[in-house]
Amino acid sequence: MKRLIAILSLALLPFAGIASEGPALENANIDLRDQASLQRGAKYFVNYCMGCHSIKFFRYERMQDFGLTKEQIKENLLFDKSKKVGAVMDINLPAAAAAEWFGTAPPDLSLTARRRHGGGDWIYTYLKGFYKDDSRPFGVNNTIFPNVGMPHVLVELQGVQEAEIETDEHGNKHVKSLKVVEPGKLSPEEYDQVARDLANFLTWVSEPVKLKRQQLGIWVMIFLAIFFVVSYLLKKEYWKDVH
Amino acid sequence: MSRLIEWIDERYPLTKVWREHLAEYYAPKNFNFWYFFGSLAMLVLVNQIVTGIWLTMNYKPDANLAFGSVEYIMRDVNWGWLIRYLHSTGASFFFIVIYLHMFRGLIYGSYRKPRELLWIIGVIIYLAMMATAFFGYLLPWGQMSYWGAQVIVNLFAAIPVIGDDLSVWIRGDYVISDATLNRFFAFHYLLPFILAALVFIHIVALHKVGSNNPDGIEIKKGPKGNRWSPDAPADGIPFHPYYTVKDIMGVAGFLIVFLAVVFFMPEMGGFFLEHPNFEPANPLKTPEHIAPVWYFTPFYAMLRAVPSFAGTQVWGVLVMGASIVILFFLPWLDKSPVKSIRYKGPIFKIMITLFVIDFLVLGYLGMKPATPGRTLVAQIGTIYYFFFFLAMPIYSKIDKTKPVPERVTQ
Amino acid sequence: MSSEGVDLKKRRMLITATAGVGAVGAGFALVPFISYWQPSARARALGAPEEADISKLEPGALLRVKWRGKVCWIVHRTEEMLKNLKEHTDHLVDPNSEVPQQPDYCKNWHRSIKPEYWVAIGICTHLGCSPTYRPDVAPPDLGADWEGGFFCPCHGSKFDMAGRVYKGVPAPTNLVVPPHKYLSDTRILIGEDAGGAA
Repeated sequence: MKRLIAILSLALLPFAGIASEGPALENANIDLRDQASLQRGAKYFVNYCMGCHSIKFFRYERMQDFGLTKEQIKENLLFDKSKKVGAVMDINLPAAAAAEWFGTAPPDLSLTARRRHGGGDWIYTYLKGFYKDDSRPFGVNNTIFPNVGMPHVLVELQGVQEAEIETDEHGNKHVKSLKVVEPGKLSPEEYDQVARDLANFLTWVSEPVKLKRQQLGIWVMIFLAIFFVVSYLLKKEYWKDVH
Repeated sequence: MSRLIEWIDERYPLTKVWREHLAEYYAPKNFNFWYFFGSLAMLVLVNQIVTGIWLTMNYKPDANLAFGSVEYIMRDVNWGWLIRYLHSTGASFFFIVIYLHMFRGLIYGSYRKPRELLWIIGVIIYLAMMATAFFGYLLPWGQMSYWGAQVIVNLFAAIPVIGDDLSVWIRGDYVISDATLNRFFAFHYLLPFILAALVFIHIVALHKVGSNNPDGIEIKKGPKGNRWSPDAPADGIPFHPYYTVKDIMGVAGFLIVFLAVVFFMPEMGGFFLEHPNFEPANPLKTPEHIAPVWYFTPFYAMLRAVPSFAGTQVWGVLVMGASIVILFFLPWLDKSPVKSIRYKGPIFKIMITLFVIDFLVLGYLGMKPATPGRTLVAQIGTIYYFFFFLAMPIYSKIDKTKPVPERVTQ
Repeated sequence: MSSEGVDLKKRRMLITATAGVGAVGAGFALVPFISYWQPSARARALGAPEEADISKLEPGALLRVKWRGKVCWIVHRTEEMLKNLKEHTDHLVDPNSEVPQQPDYCKNWHRSIKPEYWVAIGICTHLGCSPTYRPDVAPPDLGADWEGGFFCPCHGSKFDMAGRVYKGVPAPTNLVVPPHKYLSDTRILIGEDAGGAA
């Protein structure tokens, strides 16, 4: 029987390699406990992204969960003064018009970090992955989102990147490396931080309860350990009767 | 208190049921790890029903509102995230528990006479579970929900002559739509109660013949008299308090694993909550890979493995159906003189080991896009799956068995 | 098999311990299911305090504001109205606002924070209709004694300019005054007082 189980467990090995697919992602070092990063990410988001992208499942007031006060949110991050701080972060860009301008309506980003394999790392790599491509309508392409319809919104910060493209033996092209050819306002390290803060913020937005869930889980495990011990002792005591 | 019980007993067989099915129901004393999964399945069923009803209080079964209502539950409703994760994790754990429960039946011969009907009821329960899960999966109205349902309902379109009309009738529309969502919601809410009734019937059938055990020995046919009763089987012990107390411990252990997933990895790497389902259903955009949830993938692999023939795809559908129907016949396919794997020979041990590996490999293949190589492996896997059952009348007879002891072993 | 002594004490202790820990666990497990029924963040957002701008509210005028789905009034009371409030009270059921239909800081003769502005929920305390604003004194339909107030058309309940209910009408209590506070001289926040949101 034990041998049977051992053999059966080996059969589970192929499943280890299922999840990963697609181009390599850079490590964003997502840390939901880094409140300063989350706050900066919120700032960048409302200033650079919210013109086109809503996060309509997230309420402004939830930014209190990473250290902002209601007043700070209202004054610095809530631009539509007709809205209250409990409002969801929706935008007024009409989807039909946006689809005309960009080819496809800019999606809501509330769940992007859960939708994309790699989550925050995907977003990070994406924000860092824009490069010059004159064949595209907005003059840019992206390493992990080929032929994306989005312009390089953060170009003033990152600057313009060029890609070194190589062709493999099947004739497929892929990006080998990227290089900033026209600098933006920020150094590469500073831009990386911006991209990381945005990825961090959007990861938070995709599941705001995540940290609390994990913290609660620890208490649940401790409780269950106690319950298991006590129920085990009870079982053992009664089973003394059985020979 | 005893007066109250007397009053009830005059009007309802409370004490009688307590005695016959708990305090004086004698179960074999050698139940091992594999015997936890029946009670655990019942626990998970209760979890699904309770969390499911709670979710219904905020879920909207409307194509325009469904996805948003799930996010509403996750973010705006107090503790909604927990109820949702308990339900989604519970669905997957229901299948984990049931597969282990069925495996126990397979290795100990729990389907053998006089338990054939017990096994059949169990397979019906399994079918009801699969239907419930299938209907439930459409409800979040994500990309995978939509397209998974589209693919599966289209299977009915493969049936010659009536197929197209049949799938329109099932959907209530020409494609998966709001009409489909609403009726799937009705079925998803209904089936668990049918399931609960089937579980009751399942336990009635079990108690009529008594439980099997890891040695496959009929304790009722053995010597009589144990320390609790002179008429009860010598190798039996009263279910209460011994198995109630043991099952409580089993629940504690199970909850550690289950709640660890709920609190620390509810997505389970995309197996329990699929990544594409975090995107609202888009009838105009088909996802790159459409795959069912992990618990269906072995059958999906079989479906895809069967090629088209005589202009129709229906053979794959029939093979997939047959792969479950064949389970019903198991009691009559096993001709071994012994029930339990402990006393069966090397042929059965090899066959069942290969069967488990086969099931897992088919499961893996069902998750991946089809390639010629994978399809070939899936075809071999499908053939072996049926061979395990269809050849059983032969190999179970010629297999060398070991002598079965008189009394149960520990 | 010999029947050795069963340690009943130990068994009882272990049963109690397991049942106790189990009960604690069950209690904790119950919390999410009960709390789930409470108003969600969406309900709380929709029920959030409502701000009203009274800078243009003329004396004698009434401003309607919606809070928690209910119609609320802000009335800019005149000197005359306030004088009448103080003087004639024997036709009222609860002239001193003993019944807690208002926050503590509005338990006064004018049932408000500042006498000249009165904030109330405009729902009759009888069966829930919204009374009509009748600031006019001694109109033909309400009689010579009418000094201004609110008349509910559904069943004839009458309230004075501080929402205090008349004797002999169906409504049992004074109109409800919601928690509120002044954000400035021209802005009132309904639904939240100095102690925090309602």
